[in-house]
Amino acid sequence: MNRTRTAWTAALLALSLSACAGGADSAGSTDADAGQETAQEAGEAAHTAADGFAITDPWVKAATAEDGMTAVFGEITNSGDAEATVVAAAHDAAGTVELHESAADGADSVMREKEGGFPVPAGGSRALEPGGDHIMLMDLERDLLPGDETTVTLEFSDGSTTEFTAPVKDYAGAQEEYEGEGHGDH
Amino acid sequence: MGERAMSRRGLLLGGAAVAGAGVAGGALARLRAADPTSAPRAAEAPLNGTRTVAFHGARQAGVETPPQAHASFVALDLREEVDADGVRRMMRLLSDDAARLAEGRPVLADTEPELAEVPARLTTTFGFGRGLVERVDPDAVPEWLGPLPEFGHDELDDRWGEADLLVQVCADDPVTVSHAVRAMAKDARAFTRPRWTQTGFRRASGSEPDGTTMRNLMGQVDGTINPVAGTPAFDRLVWRSDGPDWLRGGTSLVLRRIATDLDSWDELDRPAREAVIGRRLSNGAPLTGEDEHDLVDLEATDTSGLPVIPAFAHVRRARSDDPDQQILRRPYNYDLRDHGVPEAGLLFASYQADPLRQFVPIQERLDELDLLNEWVTAVGSAVFAVPPGCEEDGYVGQGLLEG
Repeated sequence: MNRTRTAWTAALLALSLSACAGGADSAGSTDADAGQETAQEAGEAAHTAADGFAITDPWVKAATAEDGMTAVFGEITNSGDAEATVVAAAHDAAGTVELHESAADGADSVMREKEGGFPVPAGGSRALEPGGDHIMLMDLERDLLPGDETTVTLEFSDGSTTEFTAPVKDYAGAQEEYEGEGHGDH
Repeated sequence: MGERAMSRRGLLLGGAAVAGAGVAGGALARLRAADPTSAPRAAEAPLNGTRTVAFHGARQAGVETPPQAHASFVALDLREEVDADGVRRMMRLLSDDAARLAEGRPVLADTEPELAEVPARLTTTFGFGRGLVERVDPDAVPEWLGPLPEFGHDELDDRWGEADLLVQVCADDPVTVSHAVRAMAKDARAFTRPRWTQTGFRRASGSEPDGTTMRNLMGQVDGTINPVAGTPAFDRLVWRSDGPDWLRGGTSLVLRRIATDLDSWDELDRPAREAVIGRRLSNGAPLTGEDEHDLVDLEATDTSGLPVIPAFAHVRRARSDDPDQQILRRPYNYDLRDHGVPEAGLLFASYQADPLRQFVPIQERLDELDLLNEWVTAVGSAVFAVPPGCEEDGYVGQGLLEG
């Protein structure tokens, strides 16, 4: 299998992620095609983490209910003045949703729940990428078909929530999620 | 072939020497024009790779677009289980891919995003075959969508035949084309099976002034008579203004694979080669004129009273007095030696509002008599409906799929 390669990829991605998180350049730059602005809660004085949220180029790897699992990717930006931390996510087709990270463990890439969620610095961004952080959809109850649009809900540490829609597309990588599942790429 | 061919060639070789005059002069003028010191490139000229052609708009790009240097025509057949909703999902994915790539941006989840950074005038043009339109809505199929009437000279191989979906990818850089084709093929995989891919080339970007008519591998200037983009004639001849709503603002593509027997073409001397077409090899001018765009004079005779442009000449046979019998030609050369035997020719891409009224009458005349047929044979043929373009929040084919 591709264990070694996966491990390398994960290690390299971890490097690029830490570099990325420090930069403030991409804050607020949303993509017209794919990015979704957060729903501004009109009339509310205090700014919530959800207010500053945007995601650029979100996508979900296509999977069948039989596959059981898949993941959500994209670049989260936080235009707020304070760090925003994603602590939970939900999807109507997934019985369980977890926030995961990939980490190199010897020759293997290990997927594990990210303790403390995904903090996004004020004015900064955080990439969710294959081989790196991602939102894990588990216990899929229906197929997520290529070309579908699907909605993901996020919850932040301050209790605010937001949702975004993402296209579903085929992707050969991001197979770590399928450990022990014998993923068949038709 | 056989005897008829020999006798025609014999006639030709004996009777057309007069056409050779002026070749040397033309060639010299061409060389002078190509002198690099006469036209220094501006130092600040942008890199070819940075040039872009918008994907979004009322019409799909890649038709009116001045032809790029490289093209891949990728034909796909829908998988049996794919329904209208599947086609819709696919076209949304592919339209998004094409829009991003045209801007030099990677597609979503691009595995080689750096390869997308050189758009090089990339255009992606989608065409629907009869099978796809029938799958979506049998009532929406235009009558002309499907195989052309049979032509006697054709030797069609189904290997290059009708298919459900065509993805035409053109750019001035072959790596850009390769990456775009692969990125879109991956998104099409869940819905389609590959049918055929035909890859072609023209002169490299920047090698010749923009707007230079291309030469095919027979050495001929190929495509002189072509509607001019932006003119009312072009709009009338190429873009559909009636018929099914979903095709209004679209066009049709006839893609013919024209195999060329270059080895037997080698047997012809220059005057004979010019007589076959009725144009000079030096600059594409008609044998009755001096410049490429001079009008062809089919009535002109030589001192012995014979027509200057022979009865069998390609330009005479292709020409029509009917102003509606014109097509937009956007051909690419191909030249393969993968199997040891040279295989060369032309990917004859012809766009027209109505293939039956425009392409077919021309091809019928050529099929009946055109000495060029001795060296060229259509071995593939496919017809596609090219829907109008889409805006940023839409996708190509939306009119059919949500109409």
